[in-house]
Amino acid sequence: MDLPDGILAVVRQDCPTCTLVAPVVSELAGAGVVDVVSEDSDDGLELSWRLGVETVPTLLRVRGGQVTERLEGWERSRWEAFAGVAGLGPGLPGHRPGCGSRTLDPGMADDLAVRFAGDVLRSRRVEVGELEDEAEAMFDRGWTDGLPVVPPTPARVLRMLAGTTREPGEVVAVVPPNMVEASVEKVAVNAVLAGCRPEYLPVVLAAVEAACTDEFNIHGLLATTYFSGPMVVVNGPVARAIGMNSGVNALGQGNRANATIGRALQLVVRNLGGGVPGGVDRATLGNPGKYSFCFAEDEETSPWEPLAVERGVPGGRSAVTLFAGEGPRAVVDQLSRTADSLARSFASCLRTVAHPKLAIAFDAFVIVSPEHARVFRNDGWDKARLRTEVMSLLQLSGDSVVRGAGGIAEGLPEVVRGSSIPKFRADGLWFVHAGGRAGLFSAIIGGWVNGEAGSQPVTREVRT
Amino acid sequence: MTRIVRTVLDPTGEVKPAGRERVRRPPALDGRTVGLLDISKPRGDVFLDRVEERLAAAGATVVRYRKPTFAKNAPIDLRHEISTKCEVVIEALAD
Repeated sequence: MDLPDGILAVVRQDCPTCTLVAPVVSELAGAGVVDVVSEDSDDGLELSWRLGVETVPTLLRVRGGQVTERLEGWERSRWEAFAGVAGLGPGLPGHRPGCGSRTLDPGMADDLAVRFAGDVLRSRRVEVGELEDEAEAMFDRGWTDGLPVVPPTPARVLRMLAGTTREPGEVVAVVPPNMVEASVEKVAVNAVLAGCRPEYLPVVLAAVEAACTDEFNIHGLLATTYFSGPMVVVNGPVARAIGMNSGVNALGQGNRANATIGRALQLVVRNLGGGVPGGVDRATLGNPGKYSFCFAEDEETSPWEPLAVERGVPGGRSAVTLFAGEGPRAVVDQLSRTADSLARSFASCLRTVAHPKLAIAFDAFVIVSPEHARVFRNDGWDKARLRTEVMSLLQLSGDSVVRGAGGIAEGLPEVVRGSSIPKFRADGLWFVHAGGRAGLFSAIIGGWVNGEAGSQPVTREVRT
Repeated sequence: MTRIVRTVLDPTGEVKPAGRERVRRPPALDGRTVGLLDISKPRGDVFLDRVEERLAAAGATVVRYRKPTFAKNAPIDLRHEISTKCEVVIEALAD
């Protein structure tokens, strides 16, 4: 937008103050002191919108193409000083407040954003027919995960994009299986579908980035017959800022941010990547978390450092950690009052991840509830201690897990006979603190195949 | 009346056409099951009787259906039956 140096007077027709000062504005315009911008013309309205004018009349001083000074409403002495002209409007009252700019009229904001900024949107426009039900139209086009979605109108997508400072055209990731470039805009379109608020978008973008890394391997995770889908753990100030749930029912329903961030990630995979159940998604059973599996860590009352800090993100920053998780399974222990006893309960339950006779290939997250965490806090166990103790309890005798042992064909190959096998690889066990204040329960989230052939947990900082 | 067309942005990778793709037209009707849907307009049955004769002569198996009234959408059970039993459907739209 090229603005010539000088003074602009922004006015609208139905503003009494503008009408009052019309003779002054005409006089200044006639003398070549100001250029008049009327919000009653499309060009004037656009200029007013682009310059962020909130009140009419407003005088704007432009120097070097930039607005350097603003004067709102009518006040003779200040207008005279601004314009450098004495004796303005001698018959007028000394001052009058202005009126609201047309750009601020109810319902105008979205309309103007689409009219004047809509050209930043590059996505294909799809028309919903006159007789089509909007919600049904989204289903008909295959854009949903089976639940209704919010139609991604240009106005909604522009509002969503206001949640990030990143350019709409910036490529965030290449999304398998179709290896389609995901622009910030395309992610925003899917975030609208999912029901996100604009302030969630940075978290969704970080989750998409993390998912589409070689280490996380969303392609393999999608294609596997196994249960898992992406579990998203959010750390740092963003979680509270956007109202995420880390407390009562943290892994359950009812919180918009938890529900829609995880859903947006899955919709990106579905719509952009083309990963559809029965297509590339070959899950035998899947799990309900494949609609959305996203929660925040309760850092405030945790006895331990946050997951993201443990994974290398400086404290005080926001981050997402993705894990190829199956559904939560319960750890009930209402009687242990020592860390040692509770660690033994954890180990006993963790042994069943994937199968009690399978080891090393599957990682796990333990979501430790506040009442269980208190037991470890009381005994002074940090996460490292807990991990070491649980790992040592989960050294399995090869003879007990070899194929055929216990009358069960499933198990590890003959080579393990006579040796000791760890249930989890060295970096295969993680602890996160979340949940309601009451309940001596924790949850185990088993993983999919780990390592090079499978999926590694991936942490990404949330940018603005 | 103003035609209201709402625009939404395509959330996909845009590798397929935006319009919904139609099922491909079969190259021949010989051996196919063709549904004839009478929408209950007067004399639609006369027209469809003749269509049935021609289709049968062409080797198609014809199944006849009838909507209770032309003024309303076909009941969901009827639509389901047609979609599961027929490969092709011909709808007699007007009298």
